[in-house]
Amino acid sequence: MNKKLKGKAYVLGDNIDTDQIIPAEHLVYSLSDEDESKKYGHFALSGTPPSEAGLPDGNMPFISGEKNESEYSIIIGGSNFGCGSSREHAPFALQKAGAKAVVAESYARIFYRNSVDGGFVVPFESTEKIFDKIRTGDELEIDFDSNTLLNITDGKKYELNPLGDVLPIIEAGGLFDYARQSGMIE
Amino acid sequence: MGKTITEKILAKSAKKETVVPSENVWLNVDLLMTHDVCGPPTIQIWKDEFGDKAKVWDKNKVAIFPDHYIYTKDEHAKRNVDILRNFAKEHNLPYYFDVGTTRYKGVCHVALAEEGFNIPGTVMFGTDSHTCTSGAFGLFSTGVGNTDAAFILGTGKIWEKVPESIKFTFDSEMPAYLTAKDLILKILGELTTDGATYCALEFDGEAISSMEMYERMTLTNMAIEVGAMNGIIAPDEKTKEFLHKIKTVEYEEFFSDTDANYLSQHNFNVDELEPLVAKPHSPDNTDTVKNVQGTKITKCYIGSCTGGKISDYKFAAQILFDRKVKTPTFIIPSTTNVAEQMEAETYKGKTLTDIFSDAGCSMAPPSCAACLGGPIDTTGRSVDNDVVISTTNRNFPGRMGSKKSEVFLASPLTVAASAINGVITDPREFLT
Repeated sequence: MNKKLKGKAYVLGDNIDTDQIIPAEHLVYSLSDEDESKKYGHFALSGTPPSEAGLPDGNMPFISGEKNESEYSIIIGGSNFGCGSSREHAPFALQKAGAKAVVAESYARIFYRNSVDGGFVVPFESTEKIFDKIRTGDELEIDFDSNTLLNITDGKKYELNPLGDVLPIIEAGGLFDYARQSGMIE
Repeated sequence: MGKTITEKILAKSAKKETVVPSENVWLNVDLLMTHDVCGPPTIQIWKDEFGDKAKVWDKNKVAIFPDHYIYTKDEHAKRNVDILRNFAKEHNLPYYFDVGTTRYKGVCHVALAEEGFNIPGTVMFGTDSHTCTSGAFGLFSTGVGNTDAAFILGTGKIWEKVPESIKFTFDSEMPAYLTAKDLILKILGELTTDGATYCALEFDGEAISSMEMYERMTLTNMAIEVGAMNGIIAPDEKTKEFLHKIKTVEYEEFFSDTDANYLSQHNFNVDELEPLVAKPHSPDNTDTVKNVQGTKITKCYIGSCTGGKISDYKFAAQILFDRKVKTPTFIIPSTTNVAEQMEAETYKGKTLTDIFSDAGCSMAPPSCAACLGGPIDTTGRSVDNDVVISTTNRNFPGRMGSKKSEVFLASPLTVAASAINGVITDPREFLT
C-alpha cells in the first residue's frame, strides 16, 4: 500500500447518502463489464443537489461533461457519510471515478464495510469537522503512517483516527484477499 | 452482567459462550437474502472469487426475491432478473421467486415474513439495508453489500462487530390515530439519522406487545434510518401464531436479561404522542402533522416494505372509505400476498381494493416501485417539483425520482387524510 496519498479535494457536507452518490436509476448497469461499468464513474455523485456539490462554492460537479473520471481523488465529508441504501455500487462508483479515499467525521455502517471489504476506497475518519476548512480543489496529502491529512494548499494539518481493526483488510486489498492470506478460504 | 437478545443470538451464531459489544466475531449465517439490484453483482463477485465450478454453501439457506425494478421496459433491469433466474436454475435453488410466475412475491422484506423465513433466534444477512425488518420476529438481521454477500454465498460466514443495544419502551395502548410509523419517526427525531450507528435497537412495552406483526415490522424496518445495525423485538405468542400459519417450525427463543447493559434506554407513553411527518430532505427532520398542516401536495404514495403491508392498507381504508382523493394517490402493495389480502379484507362490508378503487386511487402490482425512484418509467416516480407525501422510508434528495421534488414521510393514516384534502392533513380530522 502507498504510505502517502496525494490528490485534489472534493468537498461535501453531512449525511451524504448513497442515493446522492449513485442515484437508483443507474443501478441497472453491470459492475463487471469494462465498458458498461464506466457509467458508474460517469454518474458518481450525480445525485448531489447542485448547491451542495463541491463546497464551499457549490455548483462544481464531481464529473465534468461527458467524462467518466473525476479530477478529484480525495473526498471530504461530514458526519454519517454513505447513509441509506446498502448499494455497494456507491463506493464502487467513487472508485471508478478515480477516488482513492474518503475523509469524513463518521460513516454509516454498510458504506464503511463495503468500502473496506470490497477494497474500493479507504474510509478515513477525521477527528474533527473539516469540510468547512477545506475547499474543493485544494491539494491534499494523506499520510497512512502518521494518520494525518495535510492541506498542501494552505499548509494546515488534520489528525485522522487510526484505521484499527480494518487495517489488515484494507492492506490485503479487501475481504477475499484478507481471507485468503489468513487461510480462511483457498 | 446480563445479556441482550442481540448479544445472545450473536454468541450462539459465533459458537461462543458470550460476546461483548465492539468485539468483532465471525458469524455462521442462517439465511442470505438478495434481490435484482444487488444479486447480479454478488453472483459475479462470487464466481470471480470462488471459480466457475463453485457451489453455493447451502442452497436451502439462500432466498432470492426479484422486487426492485420489475414493471419497467429498461433492458438492463430485465437482464438483471435474467441473471438471477439463470443462477437459480444452474444451482437448483429452491427459494427463487421468479417474475411473471405464480411464485412471484414482490418486496423481499415483507415476503421473507410471509414465506416463513423469519425464524426467531437465527441470523440473517441480506443485500439490502432494510433487511433489519426481519428483526420484528426476534432474530438478528442486517444489511450488507455485494462483496460481503458473495463471501457468505461461498462460505456461510461473515465478520460482524457486536453492537451495543439501545432500548425503546412504548407504554400504554395505541390511540386510533397513531401507527408504528409515528413511533419510529418519534425515535428518528430524537436520535437523528446517525444516533444509533453500529447499534441494535430493541423495542418493547405494552404498545409493542399488542401490535400485530406487520406493524412491528415498520419499527424494525426503519432501524437503519437511525443508522442502526439491526432492530429487534423479542418473540411472543403473536410471533408464533404468524409463523405457525405458514409452517410448523421449531425455534429457539432468546430474551434480554433484566440486568442487560444498554447504551441508553428511552421510555414513551404512546397516548402522549401525536401524528408526525419527516419533512424534506431527511427522515430525522420530523415535525408534528399539525405544524405542517395545509402544505399543498401533488402526489400521495402508499407502498414499500415500510408502508405497503396489509396493516398499512387497513389504516388507509378507514379514512378512504366512501371518500374521494383530491390528489393523485398511488397504492402499490409490497407483495402478492398483501394484494390478495386486500381483496379479502373488508372494512364496513367493502373490500380494501374496492375502497381504494372507488376513492380514485391508482393501483399497481407489487414491487419496490417508486420508493427508490427506479427507472424513469416506474409507477408513481416523482417528477419535476412534485411534493409527495409517502408511507415509505427515505426522503433524501432525489430518492423518489426527481432531484427537485420534495418528499414528506408519514403514516398511512396521515397520507390517506392528506389525499382527501389535497394538503397535508392530521388524520384526527377523519377519525371520530
